[in-house]
Amino acid sequence: MAEMNIVQAVNSALDNMLERDENVLFFGEDAGYFGGVFRTSDGLQEKHGSHRVFDTPLSEGGIAAIAFGMGINGLRPVAEIQFADYIFPAYDQIVNEIAKVRHRSGGEFWCPVTIRTPAGGGIRGGHHHSQSPESQFTHTSGLKVVYSSTPYNSKGLLIAAIESNDPVIVFEPKRCYRGPFYGDPHNVPTWKDHPEAEVPESHYTVPIGEARLAMEGDDCTVIAWGAMVHVAEQAIKDCGVSCDLIDLQSLVPWDRDAVVKSIEKTGRCVIVHEAPKTSGFGAEMAASVQERCFYHLEAPIERVTGWDTPFPHTTEWDYMPSPARIAEAIKKTMEE
Amino acid sequence: MAGKKKQASITVPSAPFRPGDKASFAPFANEPGDLERPDPATCTAAETTDHAYGLVRVLDSEGKASGPWNPELSADDLRQGLEHMVRMRIFDDRMMKMQRTGKLSFYMRSFGEEAVAIAQTMALETQDWIFPSYRQPGAQFVRGRDMVSMINHCIGNEEDNIKGRQMPVHYSYKEGRFISISSPVGTQFSQAVGVAMASQYKGLDECCITWIGDGSSAEGDYHYALNFASVFKPPVILNVVNNQWAISTHRNIASGNPTFAARGLAYNVPSIRVDGNDFLALYAVTKWARERISSGAGPTHIEVLTYRAGAHSSSDDPSRYRPGDEHECWPGGDPVERLIQHLVAIGEWSDEQQKEMEERIDGEVMAAYKEAVTYGDLANGPYPSADTIFTEVYEEVPWHLQEQWDEMKRWRSD
Repeated sequence: MAEMNIVQAVNSALDNMLERDENVLFFGEDAGYFGGVFRTSDGLQEKHGSHRVFDTPLSEGGIAAIAFGMGINGLRPVAEIQFADYIFPAYDQIVNEIAKVRHRSGGEFWCPVTIRTPAGGGIRGGHHHSQSPESQFTHTSGLKVVYSSTPYNSKGLLIAAIESNDPVIVFEPKRCYRGPFYGDPHNVPTWKDHPEAEVPESHYTVPIGEARLAMEGDDCTVIAWGAMVHVAEQAIKDCGVSCDLIDLQSLVPWDRDAVVKSIEKTGRCVIVHEAPKTSGFGAEMAASVQERCFYHLEAPIERVTGWDTPFPHTTEWDYMPSPARIAEAIKKTMEE
Repeated sequence: MAGKKKQASITVPSAPFRPGDKASFAPFANEPGDLERPDPATCTAAETTDHAYGLVRVLDSEGKASGPWNPELSADDLRQGLEHMVRMRIFDDRMMKMQRTGKLSFYMRSFGEEAVAIAQTMALETQDWIFPSYRQPGAQFVRGRDMVSMINHCIGNEEDNIKGRQMPVHYSYKEGRFISISSPVGTQFSQAVGVAMASQYKGLDECCITWIGDGSSAEGDYHYALNFASVFKPPVILNVVNNQWAISTHRNIASGNPTFAARGLAYNVPSIRVDGNDFLALYAVTKWARERISSGAGPTHIEVLTYRAGAHSSSDDPSRYRPGDEHECWPGGDPVERLIQHLVAIGEWSDEQQKEMEERIDGEVMAAYKEAVTYGDLANGPYPSADTIFTEVYEEVPWHLQEQWDEMKRWRSD
């Protein structure tokens, strides 16, 4: 075991997989020689060679397309999209091609592509370095979608994604790369001494489709992913309500059993995500929860999300869900 | 059946020099006067083959201007160009200092590329549209934008005309026909063709100029732009600013073609490669492209050969991927120094005048900065109202957004 931040955990996952499987390649913009703008592939080109870890032209559509081609020809490509906001030139290749080839070819061709990309706000990145576009991919059949929150699950989910024979989009919360985010922009902790920063140096997986119970309680179920897991943790501590905090980790497929089990216990549900509310993944969860847990619910399901607006620059703290907003939503469910 | 197994390899180009290497570039192959100036009204793409593989220059290493591309600019125009470039450099240095002291969240300098937007915008008409990328803020000086307003944007304070919504350097300046900058690189290139097609449709004597980086010319948008320009022949000037580096990605990784200009030939768009640190050559080539538009001949594709002398941005550390002194070895030298050298050589400038100008501009930038921070700085505010999150998302606020806006008002920090 070693103490790692998310950058190091991602690096370790890539390193393990490049070591274990010669069919694994890693590439992206600035991802080779430089080791990535966030340093997630630092040293990997030197160690594994520039034929396996390399820089690409600045062309997200091209990156996704070559990943598709490599995938159907027996490789296991891992592509980095530098910011999730920049994934859209690749959207056609991902949605219509990578996600669909297994089905459309009657199972003759399939595409074990992993696309990992830093997402979410909190870094003064403005419109185009802050978005959390997961629901634009959860709405796509044929893709698996995961969203890590800690060093431990960042490594384990990434390895599981690379080993998956289906394409997986891996979102990483860039605000948490070097420390958890508790909703206070002036508080910048590191991962030091955080239990989820204890990461095996060797290979392990966090299975896709399994949620993580981050806190255990009796009266309300709070569900979050990415950076919002830590903001929700802060909110739960602040409001003093005994809550299960479910770190969803996998969005497609999501761990409905874990969520249902928790809500059958607590009778209350608050869903938190950074992405805008309308058609956010919280909407899908809320619908499923009422289908499965209607008679267990003591209160309407609450959603605390980013606004249905572009992500702002100067006023980003008025955009992102805060511990106070989440705490109020939890308390509101308790009033019913 | 599997093919015969060969030695495993993917060939990945490298940069010519990496940290620890001694950078050394060959001198430019062309001298001023080597390439003729074709008739802009009738020039075909094929006639620009030498221009696309060569390099149009006007200034030689002594600062002397010669050849058919010499734009014969007046000394006043040259001094005006120099002043804009010096202003850009001093402005950039001040903004970078502000970033380092927490008064801006981020910054990008135009260092080493000041001539690009400035010479090219000066060669246009005032009604022409400017569709920039990150390193063309200098066009705003040519169009007369007030520095206080530019700094207010970079801070994202209460007076920012785009209300703190975008990162610094993402200027929008409609009065100067300078179109809002977007972070996703390259998108402006193909959009500029649409701007030009609208001008074409309206029958107006105006054009659109746009720039894309060597790196971002790998995006599909570059190819959409060339293809649409080739088909519809709109009044557009399509520039690839080949500054050698896209963050850490060397131009060798952007394209396997020895020049970026040459790619335009395959689209049947006249294509010229120009020394981007030679103010006169840049002006002349852009003027030529503008003359083509005035005569109804349509688009021109230009590779502006330069070097990104500074870091990509305040978040970048180029010492990790290139030799620290690489830019000093660049055969194109420094655009500001070269224009000074020329003005001095023709007896129209002196060291004293340069020093006086720098001091004056430094004072103006300082005064602008001091005024701008009275409207708020990033560390201390005041910021644009949180209401600006909800305004201008749509022309009118729909009910669902109004509900969220009302909800936000309960939580706002301002």
